Amino acid sequence: MSIRVFVPRDTTALALQADAVTLAITAEAARRSIDLTVVRNGSRGAFWLEPLVEVEAGGSRRAFGPVSPADVPRLFNNGFPGDCQDVLALGPADEIPWLQRQQRLTFARAGLGDPLSIENYLSLGGFAGLENALALSPQAIVDAVKESGLRGRGGAAFPTGIKWQTVLDTAAVQKYIVCNADEGDSGTFADRLLMEADPYQLIEGMTIAAVAVGASEGFIYLRSEYPEAKKILLAAISRAEKAGWLGDNIQGLGKKFHLELRIGAGAYICGEETSLLDSLEGKRGLVRFKPPLPAIKGLLGQPTVINNVLSYAAATTVLAKGAAYYRDFGTGRSRGTLTVQLAGNIRRGGLVELPFGHTLRELVEEFGGGTASGRPMRAIQVGGPLGTYLPAAQWDVALDYEAFAGISGMLGHGGIVVFDDTVDLAQQARFAMEFCAIESCGKCTPCRVGSVRGVEVIDRIINNQQRAENLQLLQDLCDTMVDGSLCAMGGLTPYPVRSALQHFADDFEK
Amino acid sequence: MQSSAFSLAETIEAVVQEHIGRVGPLMPVLHAVQERLGYVPSAAIPMIASALSLSRAEVHGVMHFYHDFRTEPAGDHVIQVCRAEACQAMGARALETHVRGKLGINFGETTADGRFTLDPVYCLGNCACAPTVRIDDDIHARVTPQRFDQLLDGLPGEGR
Repeated sequence: MSIRVFVPRDTTALALQADAVTLAITAEAARRSIDLTVVRNGSRGAFWLEPLVEVEAGGSRRAFGPVSPADVPRLFNNGFPGDCQDVLALGPADEIPWLQRQQRLTFARAGLGDPLSIENYLSLGGFAGLENALALSPQAIVDAVKESGLRGRGGAAFPTGIKWQTVLDTAAVQKYIVCNADEGDSGTFADRLLMEADPYQLIEGMTIAAVAVGASEGFIYLRSEYPEAKKILLAAISRAEKAGWLGDNIQGLGKKFHLELRIGAGAYICGEETSLLDSLEGKRGLVRFKPPLPAIKGLLGQPTVINNVLSYAAATTVLAKGAAYYRDFGTGRSRGTLTVQLAGNIRRGGLVELPFGHTLRELVEEFGGGTASGRPMRAIQVGGPLGTYLPAAQWDVALDYEAFAGISGMLGHGGIVVFDDTVDLAQQARFAMEFCAIESCGKCTPCRVGSVRGVEVIDRIINNQQRAENLQLLQDLCDTMVDGSLCAMGGLTPYPVRSALQHFADDFEK
Repeated sequence: MQSSAFSLAETIEAVVQEHIGRVGPLMPVLHAVQERLGYVPSAAIPMIASALSLSRAEVHGVMHFYHDFRTEPAGDHVIQVCRAEACQAMGARALETHVRGKLGINFGETTADGRFTLDPVYCLGNCACAPTVRIDDDIHARVTPQRFDQLLDGLPGEGR
């Protein structure tokens, strides 16, 4: 039998020449008459090791990485794909400490096989959650999600089960399931990795939600900046339909659910759920007033479950293994696992899934290994462009929702962006306002005008014009934005600004 | 590229027919028109509006709300440089300056020879291996100024 060699096909691996590595491996194997088959798997999320090439041998997978096309002839000279002594040899993939120390529930399958193979998905426990759900009453499904303690993974951390209950309880002829896959926060890629490495898990989770609340139509709203995820999701939806996991009669049990992929058009604000719904309806992505909640009046005015990719994914674990199993991970009111994304200036960046409760410092030092540049870490931004900049004194905070709220921060979608000591926090604060000005939907004045004024005021502070007055003005402006904005875009933009001012005041006095 | 009004009308008609039965067809229609023509010509707006029973103002409003839709043709290659925080932490500000100097244009502009259009982008989801640049549909990781020049030299086409 031909030896199987795995080369990932996710965005980061491709951006690091995984296609060229694949070509080099097949060419070298042909030249040496070695019989091997290359499988394009998803990534395990150890992006610092990409392209991470694996060889299947004797029940385990030996890993090599990061492999560049130029390394391939040498690997073969050193015995690849057989016993291979090489500087890039990492031993069995699942014994790489960075991966082994994680506790993967949602990302347990990521990188193990061809993301589009339904057989592979089934063999790794896929669709078990949906099969269980199909045998339960809608209320029993919703109860399981409630009991699991699952909170929305998009950033707002609203209890998922309560959202589903509201939709279940609202009578309507048509209900919708919408997935918010508009993962626009810099420093986050967990949704992308899940969609590219394990797309059927999202399809399964959305279908569970559909069965739970009685919805027959669903949409995945994917950002246009993710072209690989688009290709993979389109193919996955089509294959799931053919295999009877989507469509008019799911697995012959009489349930109907149609799923459609929609592509955004480069607007960060569409990650806000009501703006996303307007965009889906073919309008400008303006934020809606709440109430009414989308669970009562959502897409086209109908009851709509709208959740993040990882929330739907987590629901598959809850239904497959039980609410108690999921709830037993985590701490306090933060149950289950948290997917942290280590990004920016970090030596070992990638996706880390762990139960809630580890400290930020453990993550960036033990997993992250410090900065990529080798210089000292100076600031960490957690929670995307609307998240606070944390100085070293705050890095011992535990990664859970309440602990972060306690330091005026937010975990958001779990993005952690590390900066070394060359960072200028005054410029970062200015960028926070600039980004808000570019991406504001324009509906409310504090956000639309406040962000433009924010850039101007910060420029005056940096240029030492009437410093004391302008610092006061900036604080007042931040108050107005926090208290007066319609959504989190304007309401949270002051957080990075204020944290920069508070903890890195020197940067504003150069 | 389409040149005559007749063929533009045919294109719009075909695209609208393909999407009209969907929920909120306007965005899929605009994407499809741009995919076929490279941009959404202003002459297309009244045609799309009429076919979808919308006002021209509504179509125009949607066109201009989203960064992706173009009102003019792009260059042969579209270059997007990520300006967001994770890339900033790895030198994106310096890279951005280099790219603008190298191409001699600012964001939102196309080189005089029609070869390159430069656009900003806010995150391509490659934040662990920054800075990130997208050239057409290919995403590139850990792009230094030197690496950017190599990528540019490797692109086909001589300009027009």
